[in-house]
Amino acid sequence: MEAPLLSVRQLTVDFNTDAGNFRAVDGLTFDIPKGKTVALVGESGSGKSVTAQAILQILSKKARIESGSILFNDPSSGKTVDIASLPPESDAMHALRGGRIAMIFQEPMTSLSPLHTIGDQISEALMIHADVDQAKANQRTMEVLARVGFPDPKRALTTYPFELSGGLRQRAMIAMALITRPALLIADEPTTALDVTTQAQILDLIKELQIETGMSVLLITHDLGVVANVADEVVVMYRGRIMEAGSRENIFRNPQHPYLQALMRAVPRFAMAENERLTPIREVTSATLATANAPERIQPKGPILRAEHLTKCFTLRSGWFSGKMREIRAVSEVDLSLPVGKTLGLVGESGCGKTTVSKMIMRALNPNSGRVLFDDGTGPKDVHKLEGDALTAYRRSVQFIFQDPFSSLNPRMTVYELLTEPLRIHNIGTSDERYERVKQLLDMVGLDQRSLRRYPHSFSGGQRQRLGIARALALEPRVLLCDEPVSALDVSVQAQVLNLLKDLQAALGLSYLFVSHNLAVVDYIADTIAVMCRGYIVEEAPKSSLFRNPVHPYTQALLAAVPDPDIDRPLDFAKLRAGRFSHPSEWPEPFRIKPGEFGVMKEIEPGHKVRLGHLTAREAA
Amino acid sequence: MIRFLLRRFVTMAVTLLIISALVFFIIKLPPGDFLSNQIAELRAQGESASIAKAEFLIKQYGLDRPAWEQYLVWLGVMPGPNGFSGLLQGDWGWSFEYDKPVVEVVGDALWLTLLVNLAVVIFIHVVSIPIAIYSATRQYSVGDYLATFIGYIGLATPSFLLALILLYYMNRWFGISIGGLYDAEYAGEPWDWPKIQSLLSHLVVPTVVIGLGGTAAMIRRMRANLLDELGKQYYVTAKAKGLGPTKALVKYPFRMSLNPFIADIGNLLPHLVSGSVLVSLVLSLPTVGPILLSALKSQDQFLAGFILMFVAVLTVVGMLISDLLLAWLDPRIRMGGGR
Repeated sequence: MEAPLLSVRQLTVDFNTDAGNFRAVDGLTFDIPKGKTVALVGESGSGKSVTAQAILQILSKKARIESGSILFNDPSSGKTVDIASLPPESDAMHALRGGRIAMIFQEPMTSLSPLHTIGDQISEALMIHADVDQAKANQRTMEVLARVGFPDPKRALTTYPFELSGGLRQRAMIAMALITRPALLIADEPTTALDVTTQAQILDLIKELQIETGMSVLLITHDLGVVANVADEVVVMYRGRIMEAGSRENIFRNPQHPYLQALMRAVPRFAMAENERLTPIREVTSATLATANAPERIQPKGPILRAEHLTKCFTLRSGWFSGKMREIRAVSEVDLSLPVGKTLGLVGESGCGKTTVSKMIMRALNPNSGRVLFDDGTGPKDVHKLEGDALTAYRRSVQFIFQDPFSSLNPRMTVYELLTEPLRIHNIGTSDERYERVKQLLDMVGLDQRSLRRYPHSFSGGQRQRLGIARALALEPRVLLCDEPVSALDVSVQAQVLNLLKDLQAALGLSYLFVSHNLAVVDYIADTIAVMCRGYIVEEAPKSSLFRNPVHPYTQALLAAVPDPDIDRPLDFAKLRAGRFSHPSEWPEPFRIKPGEFGVMKEIEPGHKVRLGHLTAREAA
Repeated sequence: MIRFLLRRFVTMAVTLLIISALVFFIIKLPPGDFLSNQIAELRAQGESASIAKAEFLIKQYGLDRPAWEQYLVWLGVMPGPNGFSGLLQGDWGWSFEYDKPVVEVVGDALWLTLLVNLAVVIFIHVVSIPIAIYSATRQYSVGDYLATFIGYIGLATPSFLLALILLYYMNRWFGISIGGLYDAEYAGEPWDWPKIQSLLSHLVVPTVVIGLGGTAAMIRRMRANLLDELGKQYYVTAKAKGLGPTKALVKYPFRMSLNPFIADIGNLLPHLVSGSVLVSLVLSLPTVGPILLSALKSQDQFLAGFILMFVAVLTVVGMLISDLLLAWLDPRIRMGGGR
């Protein structure tokens, strides 16, 4: 058998911390065969990124390779080197790094220097490793940029990273990694920060380039859907150790290890049965929640929250030195309605305006036109005209759960202070009553009462998000606006938080507006789903009929782009290559919307509405 | 670009106008002025000839007119006794205390001040940047702790105290007097080579004394900035490309960490003039600091007003320079994009 490109044997990496040694990678052994893709799967903290850094010897100062070997069989020279035995700053290591083994990272925005042009940064990689002059390097850079899909490579040379979209930035990163024709590409969560359609395109590109150059890929990811679509072999890690390794077929058809089985059960899938519940690795249990009841309130007759023709424009200065203003319409004619006790999912890619909508509903932004109606049982009222006590009451009724559980909790406040703050602001209860309420809230989200005196930093991401939920619940709201509440969390924790949200809704009669880019998550939690693109709601339907019968081309593309952790449902890369589905003016008739037009929503079956262009609407009328 | 510059010039002019009004009225706030104080003194001594001269000066500079009229005359937008003659016309006014035009009083001092402080600024950067880089790249090493410790001492030492100590010991050990900016024998001499040599040798001690605090502060800030940048992903990318440690450091994180310092130029320029008053007094440096101090004390309004206005102009110009430099260095600012 041919020797593998890279063999890792008994690799152990230790971190020196104040609390003593911490073993991040513990006796790791795996091979990367030539020309194949190996996926390293695990939750955050499982040691998968540390492994990648060890292979490139770019570990942080506190970490060091304690023992083991990393044998790299260079196919071009035929020699074998043990990377683990090379000093990190030796010439041999410099030559390997970037030259024979290249790496791309999760955040294409922060991985490129904002002060240097794309051309500078990419050609630099070539000039370090090959004896070429700047002109030749630029020539090669343009070729590579063209190969990874830049429409105008010559212009791209002098472009700065912040002028590019996330997808193009990641393509630039790939170009930078591949310009030296490495034998191994390490991709550390290369698509996690990208939209689903872009993710599919990037995965497709990596696959194509792999076939072209015959390189091997080490793909590091937490997304089992991505793994199912691109990996040849899978290594599952947990706390620095391998739980299970094998071919993709074996791993997905016949998972053996309990951890892997649990991980698989925790991921929301499209083909889930109605009322099937995700099984988190650690379930939240709460005695209070089981007996909790919704407060007695007059229920509105219609939907509790309604948005009518919401439109929001932002003006931007188009350059620092020019006074010209540009107007961007972030939200166009958005109509939504949220029934009591239900969940409305708002899905769309970054920049589609979904967060702007939720902010207008919260009254953090004023719409240019249109209105938001809230019905507390006394009839619908325009939220943006509320004043005084009525506004305070509205603020109590509508609460927000944020995306990032790390920055949304003040690190200088204890849990007790965080949770009582809403009560203090609204002057509710005496301090004894507040204390009781906080204990109740903590129990509701499955946290120990002993955490009251602790600060947010001593909690994990999932626990913090549960604190955020507890804080949102403090004022007994009727509506929760959840803005990507699980997108910063690991899959296992994600299932836990999603289940908690479901249980809370059932117990307290809450209504959710659930904003997310993850269709599978929305599918799991929502009753009705609205799909947004470029500020328009393009399709709105009960979830069963949306997934059964997506009508709008954008919805179809979005659905096709979600990698399912099911190897019998592979991504259709060919279909996604066209990439013309996110421009309203490029949609096929009858969906095409010309600039400046809004189109109209048409009901095609009960509850299932699709946006059509004006032309068709007129013909129909 | 041109539109931007024009807009900036208009705002600069407005800013300066407001500053000039503030400066003038604050100088005027205490009752009386230099001349009336002097007249009172002369009356007490009964020297009528001098009184006549003082009264002539009061007429000459319109000090008997209301304050707002005096202000407008000083600015040069209202005809005074000599027609339009104020700041706008380039007439800085008359120093009563020195009995000379303001230009002559501050002339030499102004450029010596700039010289001393320019030397200080260069000293600060040349010394602190390498130490900061060393200290940041070897965080928590012995060298880092040492640099930090010396930095704290530098921050905590009052510069005038250090000046006094050096003044004493330099004289005692090396027998040299470090007061002034050149040996007394060259006073009033034209600028020839020996005088410049004397100036350079006198420059060393004031530079170190004035620059010490700034150096320490700069090391701390630069180290913190650089540490932030060293943790950024793009630095890892640069290393993953195979770039050597020094080149990767200088090209990426170091350049990023310079931004706050460029933004600081606006504050630095006025500091050149007003920052070192105490040390200048102790070392008897012929800079504008001590002149400004005495002018403010004796209500020598045109002299004080001019120096303060000069500092204000430096501030506004410094801000403009730092904005332009930032735009030139940082494409995110230049193109108004990014985050």
